[in-house]
Amino acid sequence: MNYDYNLSAIAVPLILAAGSVLVLLTDVLLGKKAKDSAYQTTLTILALAGVFCFTRWGTGGSAFFGQVYTDGFTSFFNLAFLTVGFLVVLNSPNYLIRNGIDHGEYYMLILLALLGMTFMASAGDLLIFFLGLETMSICLYVLAGFHKSRAKSNESSLKYLLLGAFFTGFLLYGMALVYGQVGSTNLAEISNYLAEAANPLGGYMGIGLALLLIGLTFKMAVVPFHFWSPDVYDGAPTPVTAFMSTAPKAAAFAAALRIFYHPGIELGIPWENVLWVLAVLTMTVGNFAALAQTSVKRMLAYSSITHAGYLLVGFLASNELGASGMLFYLFMYGFMNVGAFTIAYLVNRRGKGNYNLSDFAQLGTKSPMLAALMSIFMLSLTGIPPLAGFFGKLYIFSAAVQEGYVWLVVIAVLNSAISVFYYLRVMVMMYMREGEDLADLEKAPTVAITAVICGLAILIFGLFPSPLLDLARASIIALL
Amino acid sequence: MIISLNHYLVLGAFLFCIGVAGVLTRKNAIIILASVELMLNAVNLTFIAFARHWGDATGQIFVFFSMVVAAAEVAVGLAIIVVLFRHKESINIDEVNLLKW
Repeated sequence: MNYDYNLSAIAVPLILAAGSVLVLLTDVLLGKKAKDSAYQTTLTILALAGVFCFTRWGTGGSAFFGQVYTDGFTSFFNLAFLTVGFLVVLNSPNYLIRNGIDHGEYYMLILLALLGMTFMASAGDLLIFFLGLETMSICLYVLAGFHKSRAKSNESSLKYLLLGAFFTGFLLYGMALVYGQVGSTNLAEISNYLAEAANPLGGYMGIGLALLLIGLTFKMAVVPFHFWSPDVYDGAPTPVTAFMSTAPKAAAFAAALRIFYHPGIELGIPWENVLWVLAVLTMTVGNFAALAQTSVKRMLAYSSITHAGYLLVGFLASNELGASGMLFYLFMYGFMNVGAFTIAYLVNRRGKGNYNLSDFAQLGTKSPMLAALMSIFMLSLTGIPPLAGFFGKLYIFSAAVQEGYVWLVVIAVLNSAISVFYYLRVMVMMYMREGEDLADLEKAPTVAITAVICGLAILIFGLFPSPLLDLARASIIALL
Repeated sequence: MIISLNHYLVLGAFLFCIGVAGVLTRKNAIIILASVELMLNAVNLTFIAFARHWGDATGQIFVFFSMVVAAAEVAVGLAIIVVLFRHKESINIDEVNLLKW
């Protein structure tokens, strides 16, 4: 154990915590004169935290008596969270101002949600993980209902809150049972127990880990605990949806890797079978539901369930390539989804506000650049080379084949083939469909910049995936 | 009869199941929140029992934090329910039906 009170070990969350207070203060003190002071402060704080994260890349070890880890894994996920946070904040004002909900609290909630995620990824103890998860979740409940004059937004936050709190109960019960079996909530001691026990899932441990997994799969929106996500994603303000469908999912997978990823420890056949079934169900149910959607926002919501299924394939493979593939995929998924949601929001302004697929008609001629960017996101979500989404899937699936899950990979590839249909439908609509004469797109520079950054990132990491993959692999090795 | 660890665990499990049943069967949003509280408190009891069993304070500390989290969750939950009432003049969750697939 590392006996130190090293505050620099938690520099990123500290910056976010101080920043959230600062944002509230600037909004109160300067908000009347300079409307966008909270916005600019938030972007500065996120950039500052990102620089800190990058220059002080984790080198291993832990701080605060093993409560938080300060390794490359923590830094990798912190960077992913901050990137998504930055992109979401960057394109938020357009939505907020237009809907008359331009309050500084929005930015504070985003920063605090990010704070919770950083603790989920760095947790060395079930207590820290639980606190991080709840900090994140409570902020997200409020963010989902941020547009409070709109009944749909309120409904979305109510559903999220009631189901989220319900599953928190299961998660906590799982922690209690694990504690009862091991006698400690420290993750290192839990993995020692699993390595030494003759029957790792005996006693309270099996049911405890199962309940923990249920709590986590709820946050990942894995079938059969997915029923909340389409409704919540649909009702929440679009920038919040872009945020909720990416960063918390990454945080839940980060925590799952921290808790369950123990190479060399066999949790036994029942455990693998459960994950196998969950992965297949998640991919297939998400896919077929997405096929039937007419709203692009709901289609993306269901597609994010499918992607959780692909990630579970990597989680099941649970070797070095699979885990580093998951990290790569989660990072890239942030760019793909945030980009797709921002363009869907911008295009939606042409139509009646229902995110109808037909709003995309003739986008190819009206606004070629946006159409090209949307095509990049759709192709990357499908997994077409040379875009980043392809390499994420490639690493995950080849890891699963290495571990002998051939049938699982066959099902996953078939599912990818089915998903081509609804992703390409958007492109067909943009380039080949004559629509009724829809209004031109309004100029929204921040939204366009966000989409351009996302598109460039997908292209660059698609053409040159190895630096990011090496970074992910180094982070996974740090986890061992 | 000596009250052993198992008695506390069984009581906790019972309370937890009552909470789950309440969440699944009730229609009033506030009752659902109260049922969730029952679930969390059942877990707290389990934690305390295990802490006593191991002679270790971690479980008790965990309970402090989970109580704080539960309080925060209820605060946010009640605020959301107030907004719901302003929209619908009701807090019956059967009437929350705008979002469907």
